[in-house]
Amino acid sequence: MKHRTLTLAALALTLGAVAAAQAGIPKGITIAFLPKQVNNPYFTTAWKGGQAAIKEFSGVGKQVGPSDAGASSQVSYINTLLAQRQKAIVVSASDQNALVPYLKRAMQQGVKVVTYDSDVAPDGRHLFVSQASSDTIGRDQIKLLAKQINYSGEIAVLSATPNATNQNAWIKVMQDELKKPEYKNMKLVKIAYGNDDDQKSFTEMQGLMQAYPNLKGVISPTTVGISAAARYLSSSPYKGKVALTGLGTPNQMREFVKNGTVQGFALWNPEELGYLASYAAAALVSGQISGKEGERFKAGKLGERTIGKNGVIILGPLTVFDKSNIDKFNF
Amino acid sequence: MTNKPVRTLLGWEAALIGLVALALLGGSLLHDAFLTGANLSNLSSNLVEIALIALTMTLVVIAAEIDLSVASIVGMCSALLGVLWAAGVAMPLALFLTLVLGAAAGFVNGWLVTRLGLPSLAVTIGTLALYRGLAYALLGDRAVADFPPLWTNLGFGTVPGTQIPIPIVAFAVLAVITAVALHATPFGRALYAIGANELAARFSGLRVERTKLVLFVLSGLMSAFAAIVYTFRFSSARADNAVGLELAVIAAVLLGGVSIFGGRGSVIGVIAAVFLIGIIQNALTLADVPNEILTIVTGLLLILSVLGPNLAARVRATRERRAHASATKGGAL
Repeated sequence: MKHRTLTLAALALTLGAVAAAQAGIPKGITIAFLPKQVNNPYFTTAWKGGQAAIKEFSGVGKQVGPSDAGASSQVSYINTLLAQRQKAIVVSASDQNALVPYLKRAMQQGVKVVTYDSDVAPDGRHLFVSQASSDTIGRDQIKLLAKQINYSGEIAVLSATPNATNQNAWIKVMQDELKKPEYKNMKLVKIAYGNDDDQKSFTEMQGLMQAYPNLKGVISPTTVGISAAARYLSSSPYKGKVALTGLGTPNQMREFVKNGTVQGFALWNPEELGYLASYAAAALVSGQISGKEGERFKAGKLGERTIGKNGVIILGPLTVFDKSNIDKFNF
Repeated sequence: MTNKPVRTLLGWEAALIGLVALALLGGSLLHDAFLTGANLSNLSSNLVEIALIALTMTLVVIAAEIDLSVASIVGMCSALLGVLWAAGVAMPLALFLTLVLGAAAGFVNGWLVTRLGLPSLAVTIGTLALYRGLAYALLGDRAVADFPPLWTNLGFGTVPGTQIPIPIVAFAVLAVITAVALHATPFGRALYAIGANELAARFSGLRVERTKLVLFVLSGLMSAFAAIVYTFRFSSARADNAVGLELAVIAAVLLGGVSIFGGRGSVIGVIAAVFLIGIIQNALTLADVPNEILTIVTGLLLILSVLGPNLAARVRATRERRAHASATKGGAL
């Protein structure tokens, strides 16, 4: 342990110029990432970004976490990190509520708590680094599809479960967005639900095509839905004729982008999400910010960021993945 | 003859207690935060549900039965508690109804096993799915979380002035009751007799069916109690609470020296096993050992638990055979 600190200190000295650029963040801040699940490509990518940021400000970082995404598995990790006297915990919560009493205890003992990807109740953390606002996520998907179908034709949504909070918020934004004049020739004919189940999403997509033969495009704002829908389309006569977009991961969608089933889809960049979360944690630990609305801090290559309402920091617009860039991502 | 199983049992328990001491020592060497009150408090509260259910599971397995539905009963009872609280039912009544549901679930298990004569392995695999399904039917994918701090403190808090988690106190009381019931009452002796040889037990006039029915009801009741602890400890009632917990419970019971074929085992061995697993996992987590390694270690411990007593028995048998052979040889000479 001591040895590692020494090595890092030496490293920091040689990289003095870099360290000086991160003025205000003391060296050696310990930051622990606690994802919902380790060995999950999404979180591994987020950690890659988090780690890169920690290196930039010469902190000491690590990622720990359960191998199952069970609601309570994270609690024992929080307690362990507390016992290890980490300065900051960056957590993606498996359960919005179960972690709160334990995170509160951590905060009482001076640990800074940042949530990323998946938030807890606001009194259980200092900051939430959000991937994107509901507005952006809903609007960007409509824009993306509109371009792919030349702003006209029947469209449908293939969502997760009928009561999925995220998806419903995004769909509502989509419906509002469609009222704008530029979308007057686009008509949302159906919202189908694949329950985030691969097979159900597959058959729902099939059903959509049978019920609406004139369908021009489908938005599936869920990674399970979009990949199942893409699988159906790529083996059907609709391949390349019906546009499909939504939220997916590059690894799931790569073959469908390459074989022409999907032109482009979107998601936030998890690497940047982790990067921003690390800087937010460091800014809290070093006392540059306390988590109040309107405070600002520097987040390395992502520039200056401002804390919004309820301690939420928004990463920014979605990243669109298509033939030109998909091979640069692995998650 | 009668002394031997007792002696081997003590041997395994002594070994386990030795291992617990060794694990404590190892943990304190691995990380300086291990032997702090706060960490030991976390360590013990993390394993309290497993420890609670392991108590009744010990009784069930000694009687040569098994209950795989315990974690699903936890999920179902947690869901019911959430539904009742969300519907505005007063907490004492909600808790009572939760316990009643657990006992009823255990009764169904016991009834199917004893009245229909089905093997408990098959019955409780069925109810494992059934009760989890009912949990989802009750609560869906919602979570009820707004339990009042007065109650969640019972799960989350510690005894005033100490760092002893409140649920651990409840566990200690129940452990003493279980140990006395198993080792010092006719009921306990009946369990060993049934587990060792059911037919013989029946012919000696023991009420085998009724005893087993009681066991399954107790197992369900304890699972309901564990559900209450779990729900308050995480301040979250969810249908997927405690998924997979039955395996951790059975692992602890077997590691504790309870024979999977029934008739053998003790409460103290099981408690030592629960803590051994908990201590090892806590110490390795503190030392930043990745989760996969933790799973591997737990798996190896389990194999050891099956292998250990068996090997010991085999060595003993060989030794006895040799002693016997030399004795007869001596006689012939």
